[in-house]
Amino acid sequence: MSSPLKPHLRRLEAEAIFIMREVVANFTNPVMLYSIGKDSSVMLHLAMKAFHPARPPFPLLHIDTTWKFREMISFRDETARRLGLDLIVHTNEEGRASGINPFDHGSSNYTQVMKTEALKQALGAGGYDAAFGGARRDEEKSRAKERVFSFRTGSHGWDPKNQRPELWSLYNTRIAPGESIRVFPLSNWTELDIWEYILAENIPIVPLYLSAERPVVTRSGQLIMADDARMRLLPGEVPQKKRVRFRTLGCYPLTAAVESDAATVEDIVAEMLLATTSERQGRLIDHDESGSMEKKKREGYF
Amino acid sequence: MAEPLTLAPEAIRSARSLALGDADKSLLRFITCGSVDDGKSTLIGRLLYDSKRLFEDQIAALEKDSRRFGTVGDDIDLALLVDGLEAEREQGITIDVAYRFFATEKRKFIVADTPGHEQYTRNMATGASTADLAVLLIDARKGILPQTRRHATIASLLGIRHVVLAINKIDLVGYDRAVYDAIVAAFDADAGNYAFSSRVAIPISARFGDNVSGLSPAMPWYRGPTLIEHLESVELAADGAAEKPLRFPVQWVNRPDLGFRGYAGTLAAGAVRTGDEVVVARTGQAARVERIVTHDGDLATAEAEDAVTLTLDREIDVSRGDLLVPADARPEVADQFAAHLIWMAEEPMLPGRPYLMKIGTRTIGAAVTELKHRVEMDTLKPLAAKTLALNDIGFANFSTAEPIAFDSYDDNRTTGAFILIDRFTNQTVAAGLIRFGLRRATNIHRQALTVDKASRAGAKGQKPAVLWFTGLSGAGKSTIANLVEQKLHLSGRHTYLLDGDNVRHGLNRDLGFTDADRVENIRRVAETAKLFVDAGLIVLASFISPFRSERQLARDLVEDGEFVEIFVDTPLATAEARDPKGLYKKAREGKIRNFTGIDSPYERPENPELRLSAEDGDAEALAERVIAYLVDRGIVPR
Repeated sequence: MSSPLKPHLRRLEAEAIFIMREVVANFTNPVMLYSIGKDSSVMLHLAMKAFHPARPPFPLLHIDTTWKFREMISFRDETARRLGLDLIVHTNEEGRASGINPFDHGSSNYTQVMKTEALKQALGAGGYDAAFGGARRDEEKSRAKERVFSFRTGSHGWDPKNQRPELWSLYNTRIAPGESIRVFPLSNWTELDIWEYILAENIPIVPLYLSAERPVVTRSGQLIMADDARMRLLPGEVPQKKRVRFRTLGCYPLTAAVESDAATVEDIVAEMLLATTSERQGRLIDHDESGSMEKKKREGYF
Repeated sequence: MAEPLTLAPEAIRSARSLALGDADKSLLRFITCGSVDDGKSTLIGRLLYDSKRLFEDQIAALEKDSRRFGTVGDDIDLALLVDGLEAEREQGITIDVAYRFFATEKRKFIVADTPGHEQYTRNMATGASTADLAVLLIDARKGILPQTRRHATIASLLGIRHVVLAINKIDLVGYDRAVYDAIVAAFDADAGNYAFSSRVAIPISARFGDNVSGLSPAMPWYRGPTLIEHLESVELAADGAAEKPLRFPVQWVNRPDLGFRGYAGTLAAGAVRTGDEVVVARTGQAARVERIVTHDGDLATAEAEDAVTLTLDREIDVSRGDLLVPADARPEVADQFAAHLIWMAEEPMLPGRPYLMKIGTRTIGAAVTELKHRVEMDTLKPLAAKTLALNDIGFANFSTAEPIAFDSYDDNRTTGAFILIDRFTNQTVAAGLIRFGLRRATNIHRQALTVDKASRAGAKGQKPAVLWFTGLSGAGKSTIANLVEQKLHLSGRHTYLLDGDNVRHGLNRDLGFTDADRVENIRRVAETAKLFVDAGLIVLASFISPFRSERQLARDLVEDGEFVEIFVDTPLATAEARDPKGLYKKAREGKIRNFTGIDSPYERPENPELRLSAEDGDAEALAERVIAYLVDRGIVPR
């Protein structure tokens, strides 16, 4: 055994394991949304623990918008291979064919087509009755309101005003055909818990979380990395090498970096304690307007 | 512009020691509750703000939101930090519970901000079920309201032992000590109804921060702790879960291959060591624990709250829902018990109606057999009641389809708690807290009979069955049922017809037409039909029976294949035009209330064995269809 976990991390770990087992015991066709980020990495690690010595009895699903950082994709494929898990990758082919991209179509439309619609397509095609997501309540105000077992209608919609009461750890898993449940085993974790756990359990993460020299441009005060040749540069913009890292990972044109020298997970934990901005500040899609996350979630976004 | 972060070496060192575990902080989970507009969300906003848990971008967003939705003039509206739903911001109220996280130097906190509106009480109960402490907000200008008592009652019922009376908006009553004293006295007058072990009263202003994290200079008369000081120091008598007898609810059977069979679960209490003898509470079968398996290697021992997988030294019958316990400290095993109930659905609780009960990892059919009382929120006194409405709290006897293992909720929050789920809408309709088992079930031993149902039916040359005719008044149920019975009788079959009107003149004379009485009416008829089926008869039951749940109950009472649901599907307009008893006319005139189809619902069967419609022929032809079905199913011979 590795060094013993701090008591509160142990409690969070046990809670997440209980939630995952509850899903497998009650649903016929679960799937785990795997977004490659730090939260997904922790969630996957917990799934390996929950079902040991069996392998997690569900596939991983990645919604590939085609605009993820290249390092994310190689990490994704390597992780699935290392753990011997089924990985389903889905892209909204209609969106790809019509060339939907974050530059021309606005972050909001782009997210709707390449993420929300793509997700609904993949969930519908797989006929999944439960889908794990790595969202945490401390990320955002509407997520702070969401249940651990969050009911979705046949069209994947969320009705925040009419959520099932959720007492103790007695999760109501009953649904009618066509309906589904989104399950959030990390609901009660904070960003700091995630990093402390990654550190304590030595969980592999995408190197983009660690500081390195990367080519970035500064746009509306945000540092955007030019990850490949598709990056549209504005007149006069020249990518500069800066020591940066990412607190959250998504599509590279919509995810801002922070300048940082934190090159190890220990450094990140230390940096976290002095941080003055929230992790979602680097998520451009959250800033469209107040309540924009809730709106996306009602439409089926995770 | 993202500022570069530079770290001082000492900051990194302290972070490392924190991360590596020598700065363990305990975790306190608490709720803010109380009546609407007492300032719960504002208080949490204040706690987050004062604990420096807010990031710059969040404060910027808050300032923007305050200008748009704020209710406190030009100031920052701290409630908007937690009221995260669009509807909440528009209406300036809290609808659902929000969970927020903050830490001080001494403790970590998870706080659930719960709604004050009575309409959303179930969301308050959701937050309270996992909390160790309740901060009960009281508006100094209004004092204790019925909703304050309701929240205190729910918090106490759910096992929260520490309550803080946060007497808020004290600035609006001139920081007056007399107001504070009067509210504390009023709360203490009710205290006998609650089971709190500590009660601390703090005069605060959530908006301005008085006595929240710093003592208020405006109230020199107050000598107690600030709210934060109290939250940091309240003793969480570790509830000794690890010292209690083992309770291991089996959650999932792990069988990756033929060589491994493990029982995955989380210890609800106690500890387990390899070599310990455990028994299955339901059957009493015993085995020894061979291994305690985890991904990080086998353990020698596991304690309450640990999620592990156990293997046993011999093959015994164990499945999800079973409880593994020590042989010498077993829980109760019974199919009847008494419990407190918090009702959380729009539809009222009806005694006799079958619900699904989820207790631990087990889900089983259950019903309220008797509602003992409802708690009246103005006086906190028990009142006689026939039903529970949304947000009512009651005390009731329950029965379950099979014996279950449980403890009193006071002894164990996991093995003593349950939820009720509606079988058709799948909504969670109630939360229950078991108080004690009822011995009745164990003392009435079922008489073993040598002449049984099969032999009685065999003597009559038929299989017993219930033909359950359901449909609107005037649909033609009784006409068709009568014809079917005549035909069966002529061919030498043994039958009995139970008719709605006739039963109400005798067996069910004491019942009216409220939803509760309708449920009881059908329950008695279903039990009677069951006895007649046991006598080997073909029973024809002709009842409007408008609710799916009760038809399901009647179905569940007899064996598979014995229940034939016959839906006489006549449109309301047709039935009303016929109006053979003149009842629709009276209902339309308002002379009869709760009339099915007019002011009381009819829930159509989803999968009846037979659906009869006037379009398919007259009553005679429809009766023949029923006979053909019975022949087809072998209930009567060809």
